[in-house]
Amino acid sequence: MLIEARDVHKAYPVAGGAVQVLDGVSLSLAAGETLALTGESGSGKSTFLHLLGALDHVDQGDIVLNGQSIGALDDAGRAALRRDRIGLVFQQFNLIPSLCVADNLAFQARLADTADADWIATLTTRLGLDGLVRQYPEQLSGGQQQRVAIGRALAARPALVLADEPTGNLDEATAADVMDLILDLVRDTGAGLLMVTHSSAIAARMQRRVHLSAGRLA
Amino acid sequence: MTRAALQALLSHWRRQPLQLATLLIGLALATALWSAVQAINAEARNSYDRAAVFFGGTDLQELQRRDGGPIPLATFTALRQAGWLVSPVVEGRIQRADQAIDVIGLEPFSAPPGTLPPEFAQLVQENPQAMLQDGGTGFVAPEMLADLAEVADLPLLRPAVSLPPGTLVADIGVAATLLDIPDQITRLVLAPEQPRRQPDLAEVAPDLVQQTRGAEGDIARLTDSFHLNLTAFGLLSFAVGLFIVHAAIGLSFEQRRGMFRTLRAVGLPLRRLLLLLLVELLVLACLAGAAGIALGYVIAGALLPDVAATLRGLYGASVSGDLSFRPLWALTGIGIAVLGTLVAAASGLWAVARMPLLASAQPRAWERTSARAIAVQAMAGVGLLIAGLLATVLFDGLIAGFALLGGLLMGAALCLPVVLRGLLSLAQGRARSIRAQWFWADTNQQLRGLSLALMALLLALATNIGVGTMVSSFRLTFLGWLDQRLASELYVTTRNEEEATRLRAFLDGRVDAVLPIWSVMADLNGAPGQVFGIVDHATYRDSWPMLEATPTVWDEVAGGAAVLINEQLARRAGYGLGDTLAVEPGWAFTVVGIYSDYGNPSGQAVIAIDQLIERHPDVPRLRYGLRIPPDQIDGLTAALVQDLGLEPGQITDQAAIKQVSVRVFEQTFSVTGALNVLTLSVAGFAIFTSLLTLASLRLPQLAPVWALGLTRATLARLELGRSLVLAAATFVVAVPTGLALAWALLAVVNVEAFGWRLPMHLFPGQWLRLFALALIAALLAAALPVRRLRRTAPAEFLKVFAHER
Repeated sequence: MLIEARDVHKAYPVAGGAVQVLDGVSLSLAAGETLALTGESGSGKSTFLHLLGALDHVDQGDIVLNGQSIGALDDAGRAALRRDRIGLVFQQFNLIPSLCVADNLAFQARLADTADADWIATLTTRLGLDGLVRQYPEQLSGGQQQRVAIGRALAARPALVLADEPTGNLDEATAADVMDLILDLVRDTGAGLLMVTHSSAIAARMQRRVHLSAGRLA
Repeated sequence: MTRAALQALLSHWRRQPLQLATLLIGLALATALWSAVQAINAEARNSYDRAAVFFGGTDLQELQRRDGGPIPLATFTALRQAGWLVSPVVEGRIQRADQAIDVIGLEPFSAPPGTLPPEFAQLVQENPQAMLQDGGTGFVAPEMLADLAEVADLPLLRPAVSLPPGTLVADIGVAATLLDIPDQITRLVLAPEQPRRQPDLAEVAPDLVQQTRGAEGDIARLTDSFHLNLTAFGLLSFAVGLFIVHAAIGLSFEQRRGMFRTLRAVGLPLRRLLLLLLVELLVLACLAGAAGIALGYVIAGALLPDVAATLRGLYGASVSGDLSFRPLWALTGIGIAVLGTLVAAASGLWAVARMPLLASAQPRAWERTSARAIAVQAMAGVGLLIAGLLATVLFDGLIAGFALLGGLLMGAALCLPVVLRGLLSLAQGRARSIRAQWFWADTNQQLRGLSLALMALLLALATNIGVGTMVSSFRLTFLGWLDQRLASELYVTTRNEEEATRLRAFLDGRVDAVLPIWSVMADLNGAPGQVFGIVDHATYRDSWPMLEATPTVWDEVAGGAAVLINEQLARRAGYGLGDTLAVEPGWAFTVVGIYSDYGNPSGQAVIAIDQLIERHPDVPRLRYGLRIPPDQIDGLTAALVQDLGLEPGQITDQAAIKQVSVRVFEQTFSVTGALNVLTLSVAGFAIFTSLLTLASLRLPQLAPVWALGLTRATLARLELGRSLVLAAATFVVAVPTGLALAWALLAVVNVEAFGWRLPMHLFPGQWLRLFALALIAALLAAALPVRRLRRTAPAEFLKVFAHER
């Protein structure tokens, strides 16, 4: 199994108590598998994705990636895990404004010291970014920025790709185009893909779908 | 509606106490340094005014002996009998209770109307006997009374608010007794109205010259440059402080952008919103201004004794070392705080006024400026640099000097962002790793938000380097000059001619050389100066601090037809080698040498002593420099006291004079040093506030990098490195700017202010120390924001992604 969440609990403190966001969620994802995580706003989808991505700590339970417990890692260990094994795609792209497209695209791979020039060139071409490599994020459209973000997430050939509403900010046609690219590239790299989405159409394109409601899997 | 809106606006400060503190502290610091300088200037000017009011200011004419010696009573009597309305004055200095007191004796019945201190005049009118009875009465400034209360051998002292500190005024008889100079008159004051018919002065008293009191020694004019220096420093500190205020106000506006939009959306008119913001700023400005005035009062109180010592040492000006509170000064302080706040807030208020109602509430960099704007700014900087240089060509005087300094500093500050951008781009281009590339690119991007603070740092560093180089160059030159000028091992001043004759006889065969220091007053190029006569001796040939001279200078002087002049006189009158200087009508010499004469505001000329004696046979022959082997100094000093009966105070050894001179020098620049440190501290605080401002905007920029695999510790280290790199790069720009500033101070401002030009020396050790200080300031400024980043919970980073929806 690529990644496995075991009885994950997570609560956030609020004034006068705590809000239980995740209440015993267990889920597993195999290498090369694609999975859509759906649910209403506030159901805990993003929180779960952040926990899977080693961006946050679980209160109770455990998450195991390739047989390694994330909960046992310190801050540096988690950073290394994100850098080397996980690709993240955000709704708002979150590119680095001070770097050009080429540098943004290769950023994570170069951080992980796994940059492969041929692979990055392939990605650039397949993402349709060949003519834009010297441009800066602010000079790109939303769809172009999301292509760069997808390229960045896949450049290091991660084992797991986590995408949080990657098409939420895009129009329908661009969203479909971006989805095609993600699915194609994930399939080619053999990575597992877990995507948070509100869209049933996008969810339908995944091999598996799970629904989160009030912190529990339906 | 207004109340609710105001409540909403003010609620921001309740939730952001550190930001409020930053704003108030920044404004208070700016106001404090400005107010402190103004308080010092006001106190000094008050002292000058008191000195000017006393004895009728500087318009009165007076008579003095041409050779500067005492006027005999017979001459006074002869003048009165000839119809000249003159009033005698005696002057001298005594030492009591560890302070030097200038004693002035006046003759109250012949003194021109309005020239006596009012308290003196009143006592003469009410009880004239009290002026002389039981040791007499003396008048001093009120603040001196307590210090002198226990001193036994003084007349009964009364306060006189019109007198400057350090001065005692009494009846001429009482003063003469106090000074131990019976039957002597120092000068004669002429009544403004003289009889129409009176014999010429040359007939009655040919030894006397008529001149305007203090025509050259006008304290206010001489000290103008010093106060202009202080004012410039105060203004610089204020400008640096305003950078802090600007950053804090900018941040508060940035963070309330959403609130402004909401307030307007729910019906608050734009004009009302702007008015409320203005009221809020004015209240904060008044609070900070009041705190700044209190702080400024403390700073001024701490600096004033040094300033008073400086003014006394450099110019002989008496300034009270005690600070008095002046309501007008306080009001001006509040006014400058309000004005500064409005200037700092102008761009923010303008942005609010122009903000569309439906503008995005997403935070954006308030200081975001395009590359084009930075280029325009740099061009303006170059324009200011050129304007500053042009000012020295087109105008004369101190104003031109300060225009050069202003153009230089502001020009360099405006060019700084473009220079830093170039340096950072260069570094980015050479970086190999992606982390380094990101670091340089991100640093370049942060430049927009940090440029104001870095400009403040540049101003502080450049001023430190410039003033430090000037002071150290001055110090080095001054010490070397002292060694040259004070070549004699001992200096002796006799009390009268009889004692001088005995001294010369006593010294015969006991010393290597006796060098007379004899001089007369003269009108040198329209201003009072001194003419010295010197003997032809190796002491002068070997060590006289000559700036420019003919090859046979000493032979020419010894020959009797040539003169040496000091640098001040040469610059003021435009004399060069080969020119002819008329020392007196019909008594002219060829200029063969120009020498440095630091610390002397007046012109000076040196001729062969035979020439002086021939022209002025009665020249006082009271002072001498003695050349002896160093190991015989103590023995000769003891012999002069024991065998010849001199007072120890009449003999000064070279080391003591140098010690006093160096102490005066150090005191002079201690104020400058203190202001330097304060300005650098304010600049450090400006960086701190800017980093704090940026820190709140940084999270969205850092969150993706963190998510992609950089730890918080790494990010924190990089942030710290960024602060250090920017401080270091700013320092690199500050060094040439500071050196240019030093050149301007030494070659332009000093020449205009004092009449001398100093050679410029470089002190890399000082730069290294300042570099370390700049790094420490940057480190301290970054410490809190970096610590916060290091401790930022992952949940905070995640909010950046959560806020996307």
